[in-house]
Amino acid sequence: MKKSILIVCLLLVGFSSAAQKKKKNSKVTIEVDGVCMMCKKRIEKAALNTKGVKFASWDLKTHQLSLILDENKTGTKIIQQNILAVGHDTNGIKAKDHAYNSNPACCKYRDKNVVESHKN
Amino acid sequence: MINRLVIKVKFNSMKKNSFFIILIFLPTFLFSQEILKGMIMDKNNPKDNLGVFGANVFWLNTSVGATTDEKGWFQIPYKKNFNKLVVSYVGYKTDTLNITDLEPIHHFITPENELDEISVKSKKRATQRSFVQTKNVFTVNSDELLKAACCNLAESFETNPSIDVNFSDALTGTRQIQMLGLKSPYLLITQENIPSIRGAAQVYGLTFTPGTWVESIQITKGAGSVINGYESISGQINAELVKPLTDKRFFLNAYGSMGGRLELNTHYNHQISEKWQTGVYIHGDYRGEKFDRNKDGFLDNPLTNQINVMNRWQYLDAEKGWVSFINIRFMDDSKQTGALNFNPNQDGGQTNIWGGEIDTKRFESSLKLGYVFPELPFQSFGFQFAYSNHEQDSYFGLKTYDIQHQSMYSNLLFNSIIGDTRNKFTTGLNFTYDAYNEFVNLINFSRNENSFGGFFEYAYDNLENFSLTAGIRVDTHNLLGTFLTPRLHLRFVPWEKGVLRASIGQGRKSANIFAENQQLFASSRQIDVQSSGGKIYGLDPEVAWNYGVSYLQGFNLFNKKGDISLDFYRTHFQNQVVVDWENAQRISFYNLEGDSYANSFQTEINYFINDYLNLRLAYKYYDIQTDYTSGKLSKPLTPNHRFFANISYETKQLRLNNQWKFDATFNLIGEQRLPNTSMNPVQYQLGEYSNSYSLLNFQVTKVFSKKFEFYIGGENLTNLKQKNPILAADDPFGDNFDTTIIYAPIFGRMFYSGLRFKID
Repeated sequence: MKKSILIVCLLLVGFSSAAQKKKKNSKVTIEVDGVCMMCKKRIEKAALNTKGVKFASWDLKTHQLSLILDENKTGTKIIQQNILAVGHDTNGIKAKDHAYNSNPACCKYRDKNVVESHKN
Repeated sequence: MINRLVIKVKFNSMKKNSFFIILIFLPTFLFSQEILKGMIMDKNNPKDNLGVFGANVFWLNTSVGATTDEKGWFQIPYKKNFNKLVVSYVGYKTDTLNITDLEPIHHFITPENELDEISVKSKKRATQRSFVQTKNVFTVNSDELLKAACCNLAESFETNPSIDVNFSDALTGTRQIQMLGLKSPYLLITQENIPSIRGAAQVYGLTFTPGTWVESIQITKGAGSVINGYESISGQINAELVKPLTDKRFFLNAYGSMGGRLELNTHYNHQISEKWQTGVYIHGDYRGEKFDRNKDGFLDNPLTNQINVMNRWQYLDAEKGWVSFINIRFMDDSKQTGALNFNPNQDGGQTNIWGGEIDTKRFESSLKLGYVFPELPFQSFGFQFAYSNHEQDSYFGLKTYDIQHQSMYSNLLFNSIIGDTRNKFTTGLNFTYDAYNEFVNLINFSRNENSFGGFFEYAYDNLENFSLTAGIRVDTHNLLGTFLTPRLHLRFVPWEKGVLRASIGQGRKSANIFAENQQLFASSRQIDVQSSGGKIYGLDPEVAWNYGVSYLQGFNLFNKKGDISLDFYRTHFQNQVVVDWENAQRISFYNLEGDSYANSFQTEINYFINDYLNLRLAYKYYDIQTDYTSGKLSKPLTPNHRFFANISYETKQLRLNNQWKFDATFNLIGEQRLPNTSMNPVQYQLGEYSNSYSLLNFQVTKVFSKKFEFYIGGENLTNLKQKNPILAADDPFGDNFDTTIIYAPIFGRMFYSGLRFKID
């Protein structure tokens, strides 16, 4: 009995992984914090510098980074790591202070005053 | 379907009942959630991509919202009590739309500065020199085109220092353009990226595109892209025409000048269905009044009559990624020129009174099809096909020139990336076919040309300070042979707001010696084609390299923006069909033997003195030398020095866009070498050089409302005239008659006025 359940489970696992065939052109959207066009360049560049990312477009207003990527080569996590490394918070994960601090003053998106000053 | 019906019931019913209806139909909503789809667009976006990415839409007074995808589409859950949809996007007016059913919506958002109440903070400039494109491109948009109110594409460059506009002869009033010191045959002139002003249409073609049809012009200096062919040598000019989707629903322009010219332009655009738009554009042009201000017995301007009709169809299915344009156009133009009392019915073909007529009929059709992969915004297919039939029948005195040119052009392109969007490429195939039936004084010069080619263009952009475009194409042409055309463009940003560009490329073409130099017929010059056994009129194809560097620097002076640019370009001919005017009795065509080059240096400053006052200054220097059989000479009728200034001022926009616009253009044209006339009798001799002179144009526009505006202007306010534009005007059938040596305006001061009426 137990054995047969295990077999069924294994079969199901097999099916589900077969069902999740990795897509060559997968569309992913992640949230990345930033405040200006310089941030946009930096974010998109960090994303494109990840092997397997084909297309990256960050929206200033919505903070959404739209990506098209090859799932065989990369994943959201790797991209997020690269974005954190250039000092931009993503999906609630904070970038390390030294990465954040290395960006110019106008890109200090965590500072309310900086955000305000870009609103005009 | 049922649900949609229900909603309609809801909105049609009285408010009292609505609560009741909601209660009854609530279960259906719980089981099938409804989605409203729609697209948010911006007219100012590039033509194939009107969608706005990242716009917010939400239902008024709810937290139900969505944002648009890269193509501008959104999907938002819909409930029947939601009827006000708010669309917002930073920098744009927030709109609230009334939603009554689930029909997909298409909505255009407008920039905030178009609001009546808000003062203009940052305006889209009328001309833009790109900081980001790899090629040295200058865009002239509709605001700038309005500064020169008259009348066709040839006259659209009056406020642009990169392009010189010259009269080709003393009779036809035709203006020819040149860039980097080379005349239009050396430029590739395209209409929506389909080569258009070429072959038989070379000289008069620009005057056959009405100014109001032009939406914007892109001017590329130096070698162009390989995508559009191998013919461009010193640059490329592309005219984008107005589109049914974005043009005004109705537009009317009337123009009248004291030179006796009347013009009428009407546009009518109509939406057929959600995806199909159509537009009808009609242009009429009439000049019936005779003027002879310089008293030489000849008309200063030809009598003209033109009717020009275009019908465009635009298909857009942004969701599936299809875009298409279908164009059909017909033009009929007739010109009469010559002596004041010339009567074509009586005097045509006779030797009592000199005169000429030029009748042109042109039919044009084109199809463009584009497909962007919905899942891959960086990948697309394009297909272009064009067919035209151009027929010109003309005579000048006793000389006749008839040409029929049928042309077919097709281009298939594929765009995609290598790895990621920093590495893009375009590749494709094209095929062209040209059939010329040409008769010069009844001698047959007919020929057919066809070519088949493939191209590959690679573009790299590191997204920071460096980009390059490298292209190569291979063509097989029945008369030019099989050849390679390489082109390379580089862009480097050394520091903030500074852009350094370089380009190098080759171009080649078959010289249409008669079509390109038609002014020769209005002279007594003997035609002398010095055949070398080549395949085109016995001559060889023209081949040239063009290379150049340009530097653009944006600056902030007294808190106001400006930019300064320096360009240096050189065109070096490997072979050229030399057009030799140096013997006053003759015009000779022969293959270049020796050296021929055109160097051009230009510096330009644009300064926005304040939000309402713009200044543009430019200086240009040309050094153009060719080895003629009579020795090395600089190109005739081309000034070495030219200075240009344009100042434009606008008053603040009041309610309903009410404002005044002022625009003045000053040109200082240096002395020009004149073709040698020393063999002529003394009374028909000209000096070695012309005098330098200056020209001043002015225009005032009064905008009364978004619908109506009125303009008035003056050309050549200093009333400058070339003294004797026609040599031997007293003896037109004699040996010395010549109308081709034109270096200054013929007509003198001219005032005009017009109006524009538009309904959105």
